[in-house]
Amino acid sequence: MRWNTVECTGWGRVHRATSQVARPERLSTLSATLADTPAPGVGNRRSYGDACLNGDGHAVDMTRMDRILSFDRQTGVLEAEAGLTIGALAHVTAPQGWLPAVMPGTGRATLGGCAAMDVHGKNHHVAGSFGQHVLSVTLMQGDRRVVATPNRNKSLFRATMGGLGQTGVIAQLKLQLKPCPGTVLEVRERRIECFEDFIRALDGSQADYVVGWIDAAATGAHLGRGVLEEAQLTRGDTPPRSHSRKVPMDAPGFALSPPVVRLFNAAYYGRIPPGEGRARTRRIDDFFFPLDKIHDWNRLYGKRGFHQFQCVVPLDQVAALREILVEIAEAHLASPLAVLKRLGPGRAGHMSFPMEGYTLAVDFPARDGIEALIDQLEQLCRQAGGRLYLAKDALAHGEAIKAMYSEHGDWVAETAKADPDGAYETDMTRRLTLRSAR
Amino acid sequence: MSDSHTWIILGATSSMARAFARRVSAEGATVLLAGRDMEDMRKTAADLVARGGRAEALPFDARTPSGFDALVERGRTEPGVLNAAVFVGSMPEQSAIDADPGLIDGTVRDNFTGPAHLLHMLAPEIEARGAGTIVGVGSVAGDRGRVGNYVYGAAKAGFATYLSGLRNRLNRAGGHVITVKPGFVDTAMTWGIEGMFLVASPDAVARDILRAAAKGRNVIYTPFFWRWIMLIIRLIPEPVFKKLSI
Ligand SMILES: Cc1cc2nc3c(=O)[nH]c(=O)nc-3n(C[C@H](O)[C@H](O)[C@H](O)COP(=O)(O)OP(=O)(O)OC[C@H]3O[C@@H](n4cnc5c(N)ncnc54)[C@H](O)[C@@H]3O)c2cc1C
Ligand SMILES: NC(=O)c1ccc[n+]([C@@H]2O[C@H](COP(=O)([O-])OP(=O)(O)OC[C@H]3O[C@@H](n4cnc5c(N)ncnc54)[C@H](OP(=O)(O)O)[C@@H]3O)[C@@H](O)[C@H]2O)c1
Repeated sequence: MRWNTVECTGWGRVHRATSQVARPERLSTLSATLADTPAPGVGNRRSYGDACLNGDGHAVDMTRMDRILSFDRQTGVLEAEAGLTIGALAHVTAPQGWLPAVMPGTGRATLGGCAAMDVHGKNHHVAGSFGQHVLSVTLMQGDRRVVATPNRNKSLFRATMGGLGQTGVIAQLKLQLKPCPGTVLEVRERRIECFEDFIRALDGSQADYVVGWIDAAATGAHLGRGVLEEAQLTRGDTPPRSHSRKVPMDAPGFALSPPVVRLFNAAYYGRIPPGEGRARTRRIDDFFFPLDKIHDWNRLYGKRGFHQFQCVVPLDQVAALREILVEIAEAHLASPLAVLKRLGPGRAGHMSFPMEGYTLAVDFPARDGIEALIDQLEQLCRQAGGRLYLAKDALAHGEAIKAMYSEHGDWVAETAKADPDGAYETDMTRRLTLRSAR
Repeated sequence: MSDSHTWIILGATSSMARAFARRVSAEGATVLLAGRDMEDMRKTAADLVARGGRAEALPFDARTPSGFDALVERGRTEPGVLNAAVFVGSMPEQSAIDADPGLIDGTVRDNFTGPAHLLHMLAPEIEARGAGTIVGVGSVAGDRGRVGNYVYGAAKAGFATYLSGLRNRLNRAGGHVITVKPGFVDTAMTWGIEGMFLVASPDAVARDILRAAAKGRNVIYTPFFWRWIMLIIRLIPEPVFKKLSI
């Protein structure tokens, strides 16, 4: 296998790394590569921070291993190579009546990346996490091939779901898909006036897919105002795809300056009529992956890149979440994209992010003052008994993360067995010293 | 497509071939994947079937003509229009060839004589059916012998000349031949090789080939601008060219 020197970044483009990257196109090359040089697997680098980086080391880019290996249309059981993207998968199976049970907000995430972060979707409160629908994973550990399922090699399976690639490279996965009546959703959007109303609306929603978009710049009486989106899969045809656009180069620094952000947010909110709101039918990809239509939108944040802060706090910590939101709004540093959602308890691994509660995700351009703000948010989240999402993180502290993830010790023990030499460590696991118990 | 189409894809483990197979399969063609790594091609076939297509993996080694009969026979059993696309090729480093000139034969086999042999066996069937397209993937490297890559280039040049003659022949019988000259493509062959620029994705090449097929083009460069780059390179007079290392 040839190694290519590649300069990589996470989606937030703050951390950078130069690595020797292999990109196998078939299983025999993958096993030969790992037998020779065990190295962490990476997907499309849609995690924001340094989870997908291994600076001055080796990495195995899995994106060329992207085939569906079997698909039973009667049972919805599908096996695929780990580099297949969740969007491509949905595109193939939805017209045949099946949809991945859990999809994150980008269709470009690979199945391997979805498993390694145990991702959640807009239906987490009803469907749980991605890993809860994985029937088996085939892991490559150096020259060994190991299959883990929820019943066989159980703790290896739990260490792998949400396990940041630390148990070896996932070569293929078997998934249980869920039936879908068509390729569209019935989407209802309505305005929410303030934070308290938002929590009430999230608690009261009966829909399968629920997500709140909040204006993280609004303060005072408007704090937490936004748009609630509720959707159900429904029978129906697919309206034609709107054209995708590409961000051709890094935007200048002012593109997402506070006044621009305020304008954007006001417009986003304003397009929904007050009261009943509006209802429309949307395609699966438009609804699940709204940002994928603009290729490389992360470049809108300019050269310095951006951070996403995502935390979850327990249901009884609404006050703490409000405090976090106040901090964010008053810092005047946030970007248009803030998401509020209620999560259920579903999780598949020791290091899975979800817990029953409310999750908030906010983007911040990497400007001066951001690190201090995010430090403070990290503390507020920890005090509330919540946790930060490692798929988004670039700045957290290892000690805090270990305190937030109560099964971290079990994960350390299991990854030590799977990878005694630390061959699958990444910049993130080193930064947070995640592979050691304290 | 009113007639049913079948594509025999030679060198089916190449990522360009895989992208091409997905595209013709999505258009409704039956795909016969031919190559050396059966385990891998069975996965590509499974993928096409999962996507709603018809596909099968068959053994083909360009250096073993004794196996060609079975493949051609299998192709003949498919009704409708029979097409073939050649992605077979190998590119040992020039330095390896310089150290072991014995590698020249294999390079010529893989890039030229092996595929030509097979296409020659298929040609009568295309003539008999009065239709069928052959796609032959050569390379811009075949347009001029360069110090860094001239054995591979020579094999591709031989293949291009062969395709030109085959085009001339099949044209009389309703068949068509497209010579494809990719520039740099982002595949396993070029991964990690230094000096790559303007690299195209395998799927962009596959798309260009199918567009060219629909338009009945004869020789295409992909991406298109390589036509102009190669024009300039071919225009450099030999007394100058021999001193260059490009
Ligand atoms: C616009 C956008 C929206 C998003 N929305 C959501 C959301 O709604 N919910 C959510 O949960 N997440 C969300 N994410 C995060 C994203 O889903 C995860 O970061 C996911 O892991 C990205 O997949 P990837 O293939 O790009 O993986 P990468 O970012 O390349 O890798 C992520 C981790 O997975 C490991 N990994 C990847 N492939 C393998 C493999 N084959 N074997 C072993 N380890 C592997 C890597 O080592 C790394 O630790 C979003 C991201 C973006 C950019
Ligand atoms: N990548 C580029 O920049 C570029 C540029 C111009 C032209 N090309 C040409 O494009 C074609 C596809 O190449 P690629 O870039 O996709 O590289 P690749 O992955 O190395 O593909 C080469 C293909 O040829 C097959 N092959 C080699 N020798 C064979 C033999 N004796 N018998 C049967 N099959 C054989 C390989 O099969 P195995 O898997 O069994 O080895 C593989 O399927 C080649 O003809 C190449 O010369 C490539």
